[in-house]
Amino acid sequence: METLERIIAEHPFFAGLESYYTNLLTGCASNVRFDAGTYIFKEGEEANEFYLIRSGKVALEIFAPQRKPIMLATLSEGEILGWSWLLPPYLWKLHAHVVDPVRAIALDGKCLRTKCEQNHDLGYEMLKRFAQIMEERLEATRLQLLDVYAVGR
Amino acid sequence: MTMATAAPIDPMTTDPMLPQPHSVRQVVKETSDTFTMTLEAPSGNRFQPGQFSMLWVFGVGELPISISGDPAERDRLVYTVRSVGQATQTLVSREVGEAVGVRGPFGTGWPVEKAQGRDVLVIAGGIGLAPLRPVIYEVLRNREKYGRLVILYGARSPRDLLYRKELAAWARQRETQVLVTVDYGGLSWRGNVGVVTTLFKYVRLQPARSLAFACGPEIMMRFVARDLETHGLARENIYLSMERNMKCAVGFCGHCQYGPHFICKDGPIFSYDRMRPLLERYEL
Repeated sequence: METLERIIAEHPFFAGLESYYTNLLTGCASNVRFDAGTYIFKEGEEANEFYLIRSGKVALEIFAPQRKPIMLATLSEGEILGWSWLLPPYLWKLHAHVVDPVRAIALDGKCLRTKCEQNHDLGYEMLKRFAQIMEERLEATRLQLLDVYAVGR
Repeated sequence: MTMATAAPIDPMTTDPMLPQPHSVRQVVKETSDTFTMTLEAPSGNRFQPGQFSMLWVFGVGELPISISGDPAERDRLVYTVRSVGQATQTLVSREVGEAVGVRGPFGTGWPVEKAQGRDVLVIAGGIGLAPLRPVIYEVLRNREKYGRLVILYGARSPRDLLYRKELAAWARQRETQVLVTVDYGGLSWRGNVGVVTTLFKYVRLQPARSLAFACGPEIMMRFVARDLETHGLARENIYLSMERNMKCAVGFCGHCQYGPHFICKDGPIFSYDRMRPLLERYEL
């Protein structure tokens, strides 16, 4: 049987992280499942966790008045869902809509913030890894904004 | 260098500037603005995956269009055309049996022989899947000669996806992974949303034994090539299909000059190590 610590250690997001830290993280982790069609979180709600997606698909959606929800990106196996737990005001900025049933590891953001404050080495490791994710998604969003497949581009 | 070269044009028997009339066999609507046109071809017709023809619409003009059919089907020439102006609109409006003038094939092809024994990554954006489809046919027809075939395809929206039935059929082939993403997915879309580069994380890349072929908008290819390099692919193992305003198609007129290269004659397929200095130059 796979232990939580092993799943965390083998997740690409935590590749190369020392076992001391994965052990610390495991104390804040739990297994979760979400059915298709449900929302993992919604814009404006408190952001107290993030998720390591093990299987399934999540759509990040944003709402605008008098428009249907806009799907900005999808996330699947091996990816990270959510970084709003890391930065004040700790509120979700998007909806996370389950497209295909999701199995994930939830990491308690409050618990993790406390551990990061107590252990700045862990905090730095987390920030480095989340900064990488943010950079990748910012670049993808920039390219998406260019609408490169439109006629005349 | 194992870049495939254009089929030689013998000036004694074929004037490369003289269009040869070909009858339209079929026109199929792929999306709201994109059509696949099949022309009858003389027996023994040959082309390299990645090559293009100049299609002459009599009385309207001439267009460079990549060949998107199966290289093994010698009796036809297949082109996928996006109808965005008068010439393309007139071209795709041809009726079965009507004539279209054809010059070519021209240009270099994808180096499929170099890919033998390796994994083949096909990365396409929008109508860029069309010039890559002959590569897919070639690999699937000679499956034992190649490693894994990975097809990553990005389009603007689900409505803009080309060859939908074939994509599904390719995904069922052994040792073949097909991943599709769109920039804007409607609420009924259950696939991936995001640019084509976001698909790399779902592929188990073996950079040392892979060859990548990319075609799409130039900025997309720039991002793709950069990301592939980050994943460990050598620049000389990444190939791009470049596009400029081609007129004569044989390197005489200079319309398609791109730095020191004529896209029509030296390309359109180039390795990334040759293109990288130019891709990052402003307004070239």
